[in-house]
This record gives sequence, C-alpha cells and structure tokens, in this order.
Amino acid sequence: MNKAEILIIDDEPQIRKLLQISLESNGYRVRQAVNGREGLIMAASHPPELILLDIGLPDRSGHEILKELREWYNHPVIMLSVQDAESDIVMALDNGATDYLTKPFRTGELLARLRAAIRRSQNVVNESAIQCGDLEINLVARVIRKNETILKLTPTEYSLLALFAKNEGKVLTHRFLLKEIWGIGNQTETQYLRVFVGTLRKKIEDNPNTPQHIITESGVGYRFQ
Amino acid sequence: MKRFKRSVYQAKYQYLISILFILVTAIACYLFSEILGYQVVALLLLLVVSISAILFDIYPVLVAALLSALILNFFFIPPTLTFNISTPENLLMFSMYFVVAMINAVLTFKIRQVEKKNRMQEEKEKSLKLYNTLLNSLSHELRTPISTIIGAIDTIKDADSKLSKINLNELYSEIEIAGFRLNRQVQNLLNMSRLEAGSLQPKLDWCDVNEIIFTIVNEIREEGPNHTIEFIHDEELPLFKTDRGLLEQILHSILHNSVQHTPSHTKIRIHVLNKSDHCHISIQDSGPGIPATEAENVFQKFYRLSNSRTGGTGLGLSIAKGFTEALGGTVKLDEKFEKGVNFIINIPAQTSVITDMEHEQG
Repeated sequence: MNKAEILIIDDEPQIRKLLQISLESNGYRVRQAVNGREGLIMAASHPPELILLDIGLPDRSGHEILKELREWYNHPVIMLSVQDAESDIVMALDNGATDYLTKPFRTGELLARLRAAIRRSQNVVNESAIQCGDLEINLVARVIRKNETILKLTPTEYSLLALFAKNEGKVLTHRFLLKEIWGIGNQTETQYLRVFVGTLRKKIEDNPNTPQHIITESGVGYRFQ
Repeated sequence: MKRFKRSVYQAKYQYLISILFILVTAIACYLFSEILGYQVVALLLLLVVSISAILFDIYPVLVAALLSALILNFFFIPPTLTFNISTPENLLMFSMYFVVAMINAVLTFKIRQVEKKNRMQEEKEKSLKLYNTLLNSLSHELRTPISTIIGAIDTIKDADSKLSKINLNELYSEIEIAGFRLNRQVQNLLNMSRLEAGSLQPKLDWCDVNEIIFTIVNEIREEGPNHTIEFIHDEELPLFKTDRGLLEQILHSILHNSVQHTPSHTKIRIHVLNKSDHCHISIQDSGPGIPATEAENVFQKFYRLSNSRTGGTGLGLSIAKGFTEALGGTVKLDEKFEKGVNFIINIPAQTSVITDMEHEQG
C-alpha cells in the first residue's frame, strides 16, 4: 500500500497517538508536530499530501498557521476543532481550509474526510458528468437523472446542484454558496438558500426528511455527497 | 446584572425626585408660613429629608439636605429673603438643622451598606449550596461512565479471561455509550456556563424548523432509545429568523429528557406550527407525567423529580429554559395535558414565506 503522507499538528499527545494508530493501520504514513511553529517547519521541509491542523494550538492559533500555509501549500488542510465553534470553523473554511472535524469524531468519519479530500486534490474535477449514488449530473447537457429518470429543476436549483456536485464531499459555507449562486450583496440573506435546498431535497432525495445527498452542517453550511 | 442596570437607571431620577419633594414641601409651607412658623417648617423639611434618606442613595439625599437648608434659611428664617440670620437662637437652630439632616443621610447610608453586605453574604451561601449540589451530581454523572470505561478496558486487557465475542462487543459498546454520555455532560456544563456568564448572544439567521426538528429526532434515535418518535411536520411552515444552534440544543435537551423519563416503546409526538410570527413547538410524551406539585420546579437548575430513578444532573431542562429565554421565548408544561408530559416551546421570530420559487423561469 502506498498511501499519502499526512502531517498531524496537534498539541495533545493522546489525540496524536490515536490519529497515528488509526491512520497508520489504514496505510497512511504519519508525521507529527506538537505545535504550530514545528508544524510549519515540518510542512516546509518536506511537504505532506495532507495536513490535519488543530485550531487550538498552544503557541499560535490554527488560523494563523493556516494563513501562512496557504501562501504556498496547495494540498488539503483539514481543521480539527471542538464543538460549538461554528464561527471558528466558518472562518477557517473561508480562509482556505479544505474541511473540518469536531472532536470527538469517529474514526470512520475521519477516514472518509481524508479520502474525499485527497481524491479531490489529486484529480481536479474536469468531468462532464458526475455520478453520485443514484444521481447522475451531466454538466454539459445540463441534465440531472435520478435512477435513470430525468428530474425537472428550475435554473437556480440546477446551479445549486451543479455547484454541490463539483464540490462533492466538501463542506460549502453559506457565504460561499450565496456568493456563487446569487452574487455579492446577498451574503447575509440565507432565506433563499434555505428554500432552494428544501425544494432541491424534495426532488433529489428519497426521503427529504432524512437527506442522504445534501447534508446540513449546523451553523456552517451544507455538504453534498 | 439586571439589578445593577436598574439602579443606574434610577440614579438620574433620584436627584430629580428628592429635589422635587423638597421644593413641593417648601412651596406648601411658604403658602401657610404665617400659620406654621419657621420652627415647624424646619421639622417638616427635616421629615422630607429623612423620607428621602430611606428611599434614595446617599448623594441625592445630601443634595436634598443642602437644598432644604438653603431654602429654610432664605425663605423662612427671619430676616426672610436673605441668607442672613439675625438671632443666635436662629443661627443655632439652622446649624442644628443642617447637621441633623446630614447625619440622617449618612446613617441611612450606613444601614444600607450593612444590608447590602448581608444580602451578598446570603447570595454567596446560596451559590455555595448550588455549587455543592452541582459537584455531587456531577461527580456521580462523570464517574459512572469513567468507571465503565476503566472497568471495561481492564476486562478486555486481562489476557486470562476468556471473553466471548459477544461479551467483547458488549464491552466495546458500553465504552462507546460512556464516551457519548461524558460528551453530553461536558456539553451541558459548557451550556450552563454560557448561560451563567450572561454572554449568550443569539446569532439570528433564517431557519427551516422542520429540518432542524428532523435532524434532532434523528440524532436522538441514534442515541438508541426504543421510543416511537413521531414528528408531524408542517409543509406550509415559514422560515423563522432565530438561532439554529440554540434551537437545536433546546430541542435536544427536551427530547433527551422525554426519552430518559418515559418507558421504552412509548410514543413521543412533536408538532410545530406558526402562530402569528411565533414558532410554536410541542413535545408530548406518553409517560407517567409530572406531579402537579413539582411542575413548577422542573425547569430549575439541578432540580430532579423526587421519584426520579434515572441519572442526570438536572441541568438539561434549565438549559432549555435559559436558551429559550435568550431567544425571547418561553417553554412550559401544558397543564391540561393528561396523557403524559407536554412541553410547549414558543419563540417569537420574524418569518419569511417565499412562494414564487415554483414560478421561476425554467
């Protein structure tokens, strides 16, 4: 197995140990940094394919480290955060973080996020058609099929779904979605977004009340899968 | 916090009212000055200063005392309409008046200080008692899952024991449940401290309340109770402008409570509706209910029903209440509901109905 090399930047030895064991047992190579300064040096000396970065580091905040990293580092950075820190998470995502996980997180969730982030960074999506479970999104023909049946979507519903599909598995903040779909100036008016997500779910989900495609990330945004 | 604000608010008016008292009394006395004589006027003014001292802070009273002394001298003590005092007796009386008025103000102030100190002492004792209650219930609520984790790990590590695959899996899931339980308690404590700090600032945004309730119901289902949770959602429900995170915590606390305190396989029903720009949610269980004598107390911090057998710190419902109030709403028990407990949450919020989506050109 030749899987990606991952750099963990976290000050808690127990978390590092746990991450190391679960990542190595899944074939990843792991390096560890105990604070932000060390993390930056290790990332620069030998750039890893993905960085797991704790927001609450003792020496410098994860936000600062993220900003410095993003000046030159283009691979995925997944933030580790605590519960009730939505504003922290939104800020990190707006500053270029690829994804986030809140502690305590399940190992299965961690591995899924890693796989999705690495896959997206390796093949920049240039596909004309995206298959996602029972959904097929043809970006050239602008046609959506669910179980071979063509769905009728309004133009905004289509734009929203296409945007989601191009960012499959990635969490998209409200601000980002509003800016992409409605342009600048509407970034605080989320009611249209809520309504369109609602109508879109009714069309693409088997059961809109337990959505499997458009997942709400409370206080942060939506994730399409 | 509130008390402080109120006294600041009143301070401006205290000066005004105490000065008005003196002026009104002085004018009344001036009208009848021939009948009363200035010695009686002095006593009357002194009475007004004393009353002010009971009602107001020290500075307004000192101002009133000074003002009344000047008025007494100028208008009443002969020769009137001057600040001169002709006879030694009158000078003595005026000086005595001034001193007595000041002593009045200062003494009352001192009594207040003592009262304030006593009150603070009482509050301190009360919070110490609450703190002890918290420590007691917390140490139990935290130690139980911690004991489970340590015990289970020891059993698993003990190479000599021949654990069956089934037992091993059971131990693993006990550790998992203990972890979730610890996490929930920490969440409760954080929520409580956010409320206590008074720093809770709701972040209002448009919320699809149907979706929020479905999310929380699914979360509760994943926690594994065998209850039938039925949510009757409202397709026509508008969006509400409220704080999603707080609303989630409110619903989670109440639903968790309902699940904890009712027998498994019983039904929990949730309704939501818009009542003139109020988000109205009711959560009905079909458990044993809450005795009427205890109904008032269930939202109090650390309160637990006297017949309660399940664990808990008594924080959940008080957090739900605190968060609902932070959103400007109310949460209470439906007294008329007899088949169990019916929690009614009512939160005022701006609503938005966007109906033209289907007519978008396409």
